[in-house]
Parts: sequence; C-alpha cells; structure tokens
Amino acid sequence: MEYFLHILILIGIYIILSESLNLIAGYTGLLSIAHAAFYGVGAYVAALMALHLHSPFLVNIVCAVILCGLLGALVGIPSLRIRDDYFVIATFAFQVITFSVLNNWVSFTGGPMGLPGIPQPTIFGLKITSHLGFLLLIVILCSLILWISHRIVKSPFGRVLKSIREDEVFTQAVGKNVAAYKVLVFIIGAGMAAVAGVMYAYYISFIDPTSFTVMESIFIISIVIIGGAGNLWGPVVGAVVLVVLPELLRFIGLPSSMAANVRQILYGGLLVAFMMWRPQGFLGKYAFQSGETRE
Amino acid sequence: MSADWLEVQKLEKSFDGIRALADFSCSLRQGEILGLIGPNGAGKTTLLNVISGFLAPESGRALFRGKTLLGLPPHKIATTGIARTFQKLRLIRQVSVLDNVLLSFRNQPGERLSNVFFRWKNSKEQEAANRKEAMSLLEEAGLTEKANEPAEDLSYGQQKLLSLVCCLAAKGDLLLLDEPVAGIAPEMIEKILGIIRNLPNKGKSVILIEHNLDAMMQVCDRVIFMDAGAKLSEGTPEEVRDDPRVIEAYID
Repeated sequence: MEYFLHILILIGIYIILSESLNLIAGYTGLLSIAHAAFYGVGAYVAALMALHLHSPFLVNIVCAVILCGLLGALVGIPSLRIRDDYFVIATFAFQVITFSVLNNWVSFTGGPMGLPGIPQPTIFGLKITSHLGFLLLIVILCSLILWISHRIVKSPFGRVLKSIREDEVFTQAVGKNVAAYKVLVFIIGAGMAAVAGVMYAYYISFIDPTSFTVMESIFIISIVIIGGAGNLWGPVVGAVVLVVLPELLRFIGLPSSMAANVRQILYGGLLVAFMMWRPQGFLGKYAFQSGETRE
Repeated sequence: MSADWLEVQKLEKSFDGIRALADFSCSLRQGEILGLIGPNGAGKTTLLNVISGFLAPESGRALFRGKTLLGLPPHKIATTGIARTFQKLRLIRQVSVLDNVLLSFRNQPGERLSNVFFRWKNSKEQEAANRKEAMSLLEEAGLTEKANEPAEDLSYGQQKLLSLVCCLAAKGDLLLLDEPVAGIAPEMIEKILGIIRNLPNKGKSVILIEHNLDAMMQVCDRVIFMDAGAKLSEGTPEEVRDDPRVIEAYID
C-alpha cells in the first residue's frame, strides 16, 4: 500500500514539473533544459530554510516560489533574447552551473553529501507524517497548478503564447510584446517547478544534487513530449506513463543491475518512437518542433 | 491632418553594401491609397519593414500623425494604428481563423497576466465584444463558415483575405499591404480589391505593393515607381504607367 501511494506521490510531483514546463515549451515553444535546475533550487531553498530557520512549510514554499521566479527572470531576460538552438544551449548552461553550485558549495548546500533530515511539514498546526497525508497535499497542489495553467492557456494571454510558438514575427506585427510574454511565462514556469522541488524535499526528507541533473530535465521534457505538448492534460498522461512504466520492470524479475540500464533504454526508445510516429504525443494536437524547423 | 499624415524622409538602408533604400522620401495623406511598384529588389518591402519597425534604417525619419516611428519596436508601432500584411504570408496557421482575428485586436485587457486571475468580468466582456466584431468582419469577408477551421486549411487566396481581415480587426488607420493579391484567383482578387478600395471611406490610408499593374490602376490614388532603393517616378497611376523610364524598366 505504501509503495502504491509512493508512486502516486511521484506522479503528482512530475505532473507539477511537466505542466510548468508545458507552459514554457509546449504552449510558448521555448525548449528549456533548465527545468531541473529550478526544481532543485526550489528543493534546496525549502530544505535550507526548514533546517536552519525552522520556518513553517507555507513560508518556505512561498519563498521558494518567489526566489525561483526571480531566478527565472534573471535567466530568462538575457537568454530569451537569443533564439531556437541558442536558447536551448543557454538554458543548458544554466542547468550545468546550478548543478555545479549545488555540488561544490559544500559549506552551504552540503555538496555531494546533500542535506539530510529535512523535518516533516506542518500546516496550520497539522503535522504531515503519513504517505496518505503527503498524497493529499500533492493532490491539492497539483489541482492548483492545473487550475492556474488552465486559466492561463484558455485566456487571451494564452492565445498570445500559442501564437508566439507558431510565428513570432506575426505576433509582433499584431502588437504583442513577445519578449515580455516569454519572460513572464518563464517566471511562472520556474515558480511552479519550485513547488515540485519543495514537495520533493519534504517528502524524501533528504536531497542531494544528483536528483537535479540535466538527465532530470530531459526526463521532464520526455513527459511533456510523450504526453502531448501544448495540451493541458498531456503532462498528466505523460507523467503517469513514464513513472509507472519503469516500475513495471520490477515485476518482470530483472536483476537490479540490469533494471537501471533497461530503464534508460526504455526512455530513449520511447522518445525516439514518439518523435518518429507520433510527434504530437498522446494527447497533443501539434507536433513538437523548434522554431528552426517550422520556418 | 492632411499632407503629413505619414511622412518618410531621406531613408537610407543597405544590405551588404547594396542600397535597398537610397535617400527615399515620401508622404501620405489620410484616406489615400499609395501604390509602390518596381522590379524585385527595388526596396519596396524594405520600406514597409522600416515603417513597421522590423528593420532599422541607417538614417532618415519616419513620422506617423506627428509621432516618430523609428527606434520603436514593431509591437509598439503596431499599437499606434499601423497594421501590415507580409509578402510571404504570415498567419497563426495551426489555430482557427476566428482566433487569428481575435489575436489581432490591440490592447486587450485579457492579454495582461494579472487579468488572467483578477477582474475576469472586464476581460470577458471585452472578449465577447471582440468575438462579435470578429464574426461580423468574417461575415463581410465571406469567411463565416471557415471561422472554426485552422487557418492553414484555407485556400491561399482565403488566407490572404484573412490577413487583410486581421488588419481590419486591428483597427489600423494605416495599412501596409505587401502583395495582397499576388498569385490568387481572379474572383478573390476582385473581393480583396473591393475591400481595399473601400478603406479610404473609413478614413484609412494604405500603402500597397503589387506587381499586378491592372490591380494598381484600379485602386491607387498615386503610384511611386522605385528602383534600386530610389524613387524614379511618382504620380497618378496613368502618369507613372506612361513614364518612359517605367516602361523601359518593365520591358527589360
């Protein structure tokens, strides 16, 4: 039972991560490989605050969201001035830098040893200790994130995001400040990723930099692409499939030394297969593509 | 509000040493339709790109209703009352025809992030009003049945018509139209020219680029013949048509 709840909690965390990336990459067409960095910063902010300041959960989550939003602006404003492949590389650089900082600033982040002993969260005097409690919290946060995303993509604001993905020049010509929209959506996405990071830190109660590598960013991108970029429910489907599928491998009795490798092969194979035969993912209407190929 | 509605002075623009605009000046009155003709590479599209802010000239001035345009980004210029179409047709191809028109309305409250979550009523009312107006624009253009189809499913001519409808939704007072009737069926040409011809009645001005000289004769009040970035001839369509330099250039 605990194992089952654990899987559901993981799915919830990845829904938050991939839905926030969906806003950036799926709707606005900005392929960012920095998502695990925002996820990680969110986790570290909450963990450090909880460990050193003993501040309550709600304060920590708000601080993590705001800080990641600011970081999103800091990264977004310069890197959004460059386009397509160059943008991808700029976000990649940020991802690598973030990992290095987490891994090497030993006195502050604990370096490779990570931060153990993150206390269990308390909300309005209610201590969350059980898996069920965490699941409930995750469901609430997931719903909130999905609702916000829904409001955004169904609004005229979202219409501008989609048109930026399709044709930036036309979008400028009809009087939209494309650069401002890109930075805004990047900030929103970074802030949402922080929520997932905070939940991860509190749930596992131990974080180390290896959870926030570029591989993690690519995993989140895979969820968005396989689920269906630019579709509100795409990341939900993608997260369920990509979290559950490797778990199934456990049950076919592979030796553990092989299971991890088979997992990687599976992700790679899935991604290639989707790009070839169903580039729009399970639910998406639009094939995911970068600006370059669209021209 | 007459002579200097749009004023373009001494524009210079070169690409790799080739002058696309060479000391180019012109002006436009309110309610006037100005045609630009000339061989490929004469600088016609460059002129539209400079006026709409997509290209920065090396020197010169451009004023619209007394407001300087140069140095403003394209989206700011688009909100001063200038709307344009593109030679290589641009639309949001994968969203519906109606959404393309809705996108074209300027300064929508619902496009501000804060209004996604607050003051829903205000944005909703504006959106409903825009939707109504968009539908009536599409009806005038005869695109009502296509309203919910993706823009890419329209015929080429209908797409050109749609990009003109988008300019109308923008409530632009100056329309920059880059080859609005090139490569489309004769009935569609008639329809688009009909809409363009009616624009001055609404107080709007047009700068029109077109290779189809017959079309130019029908709608333009004045025509400028350009070559190598410079103005070679200017006058009524008939005057320019009969100018020996123009005849020579077109025979070449």
